[in-house]
Amino acid sequence: MARRAQPVSARPGLGAAACIAALMAAALVAVALRAETGTGLGPADGAAIRFTLVQAALSALFSVALAVPVARALARRQFFGRRLLITLLGAPFILPVIVAVLGLLAVFGRSGWLSEALGLFGLGPVRIYGLHGVVLAHVFFNLPLATRLILQGWHDIPAERFRLAAQLGAGPGAIWRLLERPMLAGVLPGALAIVFAICLTSFAVALTLGGGPRATTIELAIYQAFSFEFDLGRAALLALLQIALTLAAAALAFRATRGAAFGSGLDRPVQRWDASRPLLRLQDAAMIGTAALFLLLPLAAIVLNGLPGLAGLPASVGWSALLSLAVAAGSTALLLLLALPMAVAAARRGGLAVEAAGLLGLAVSPLVIGTGLFLLVNPLIDPGLVALPVTALVNALMALPFALRILVPAAQEVLGNYGRLGLALNMQGWPFLRHVLLPRLRPQIGFAAGLGAALSMGDLGVIALFADQNHATLPLQIYRLMGAYRMDSAAAAALLLLVLSVSLFWLCDRGGRRHAAT
Amino acid sequence: MDITPPLPFRRKTEDAMKYLTFAAGVFGASAALAQTPELTVYTYDSFVAEWGPGPQIETAFEAVCNCDLTLVAAGDGAALLARLQLEGDRTEADVVLGLDTNLVPAARETGLFAPHGADATLDLPITWDDDTFLPYDWGYFAFIHNTDLANVPQDFLELAASDLSILIQDPRSSTPGLGLLMWVKAAYGDDAPAVWAALTDNIVTVTKGWSEAYGLFLDGEADMVLSYTTSPAYHIIAEDDTSKDAAAFDEGHYLQIELAAPLAGSDQPELAAQFMQFITTDAFQSVIPTTNWMYPAVMPADGLPAEFDTLVEPRNALLIPEAEVTELRAQALAEWLDALSQ
Repeated sequence: MARRAQPVSARPGLGAAACIAALMAAALVAVALRAETGTGLGPADGAAIRFTLVQAALSALFSVALAVPVARALARRQFFGRRLLITLLGAPFILPVIVAVLGLLAVFGRSGWLSEALGLFGLGPVRIYGLHGVVLAHVFFNLPLATRLILQGWHDIPAERFRLAAQLGAGPGAIWRLLERPMLAGVLPGALAIVFAICLTSFAVALTLGGGPRATTIELAIYQAFSFEFDLGRAALLALLQIALTLAAAALAFRATRGAAFGSGLDRPVQRWDASRPLLRLQDAAMIGTAALFLLLPLAAIVLNGLPGLAGLPASVGWSALLSLAVAAGSTALLLLLALPMAVAAARRGGLAVEAAGLLGLAVSPLVIGTGLFLLVNPLIDPGLVALPVTALVNALMALPFALRILVPAAQEVLGNYGRLGLALNMQGWPFLRHVLLPRLRPQIGFAAGLGAALSMGDLGVIALFADQNHATLPLQIYRLMGAYRMDSAAAAALLLLVLSVSLFWLCDRGGRRHAAT
Repeated sequence: MDITPPLPFRRKTEDAMKYLTFAAGVFGASAALAQTPELTVYTYDSFVAEWGPGPQIETAFEAVCNCDLTLVAAGDGAALLARLQLEGDRTEADVVLGLDTNLVPAARETGLFAPHGADATLDLPITWDDDTFLPYDWGYFAFIHNTDLANVPQDFLELAASDLSILIQDPRSSTPGLGLLMWVKAAYGDDAPAVWAALTDNIVTVTKGWSEAYGLFLDGEADMVLSYTTSPAYHIIAEDDTSKDAAAFDEGHYLQIELAAPLAGSDQPELAAQFMQFITTDAFQSVIPTTNWMYPAVMPADGLPAEFDTLVEPRNALLIPEAEVTELRAQALAEWLDALSQ
């Protein structure tokens, strides 16, 4: 489908990708140029790079490997509350790091619920701190995302294929071989690459759960270069290294991706005749139950911790929540404006280049991009005035790779299946967008918008560099509360954030699926 | 610890304030038709929060300065200096509030700061004589524990020999983390690596910042956490909770002194000077103990809240001299990384 004429142009998307690449490059160059001294990389950086790669690779592998059976179970089961469960399972991904870590440790920590339960049987507390702790935390954050991306792959197999398989008497083994495995071959490399990219820039989680400086990541080295040594040259160099590693992983993933073409269907609800065997039911129930426990218990801890402080929340927290909602709305609009044309462009041609540009938002160290933007903005205008727009922009760029992962495969399907029909009917440009592409992408758009909005709500991002007294977002306010001993209020604010983020996600995701039966 | 300010000093401050208020009044009157002058103060995040010292100090200063005081939050202490370095001569800041002694060499080297001109006798456990960086509050680093903890260690060696668990912060990203590094270095010098090696099995984990470590401690993840001797005061005053205590260490406790300084390139040098003097007055200092949870640099007339009397008072205060900070900091970090990475 790549070089064929298509009813929609790739140009706006390529333009958006170029703008993003240019902005990121400008930010990096601004940091590098501001550098006075520049020491190269030392042996300590070598250790940081090694640890970063190992933990990111393990985290990606475990997240995706566990996500496959969970997504498979969710794909072939219908039960009461399934949608709500899927939404809630996504919550860890959108929480501010500090909140999620405290929630996680309330369950898995030395005095967490698990250790207490083990204590009842005379067993010692869990030893969570170490590489395994880092991986556990990253799986906690990324299992939901990987599950959703893979579940999307299952949803993209038309119901007719399962019906045909059932008519031909295909059992679970044959369906796995004929439908599911080819689908996974198309979806898994991208999911692996994106989880790897997220974990590559991890800092606070890796340090806290890693148990000490052995768990030094590149992002921590950047932080050290920036605030301990004020060596901007080194910070820029390390940031460049992060980008190179992310893009290399993305390139590997692309080479490994084999597109699976299932053709178009009639959007019937999927029925799975193959999944009714009792053993399979039991297996799926166990998978879903385990994943739900793993992801929901820490959330329950956050809710329980937050409830007592809710009544005594300072007024400024409410104001911050409103600001955060505004930033999330702006960020989501910007995200869709960038992601939709880019998805079309990626689906047509230059997929690698466009998605690579999209990945930049995730690959660039938040500290470096924030500093770079600050340096670019500062000569022109008071940074405090643009704190919120810049935050919305950075949040949109951060969510862009996820949006593209969600939108590109679906856009490819639509263009592949309906492109020629559109051309034959002389339906091009806006009419094709309005009547064919956008309606067919609706579930993906809803999912991407929900993810973008929720991510933006929970991201501390660059606001700390830009914010003045009156423009603190909710995550920043949570950090400020914690920094002033007010842990109860911070926990309550975190609960508020959790509820707002999940509601935003639910609204968008739900809006996208209004017509769909599954 | 009796740190009530000597009377002559108090009178001196009042005189200075009268003069400055008068000067500001004249200045304000002459500029009555023009815009209200604006004084921009860069500070750290928790200072400007609704529950921090910022709002009260802003109101108090604006009541006497006939100006508009704008507090700008720029991350934590290290980020604050980094921001000023990024902005260079073009900075909007007239005053910066929130550097600490470990940052002074780097800050002085930037050449961005001017003499503060404030006239005050400080109530610090050490003598402080610097014409550029003016202390506005201070505290001792300390390990905080629950009062029901048995066998509270009396020094680092006892702590290392015990099986107590501690939470600390990373010196590369956190001010208290760096403070602990300097504490061990100041107390043990060349033996610091051995102390760290012995402490390794006590350290549960190292966090990015103070908040994470303190939050984990309150959740019961460890027996002790690195914080300040003043931390129990928060729990007593704000939460009526007397279950937290600071462990007094025989080596002495490392000091954190928080500093303010005016910018050389300020376009409001008179206002900046007025603010620097204001820092030493009761209106500023009396806000500090129960909002920033630190000791005031100049004891207010009403003294400290009674609850502060219950706090641990270290026998001696440790502080590495400015001239040695840069070198020792790098050396101590290398030793720390080496010991904890084994």
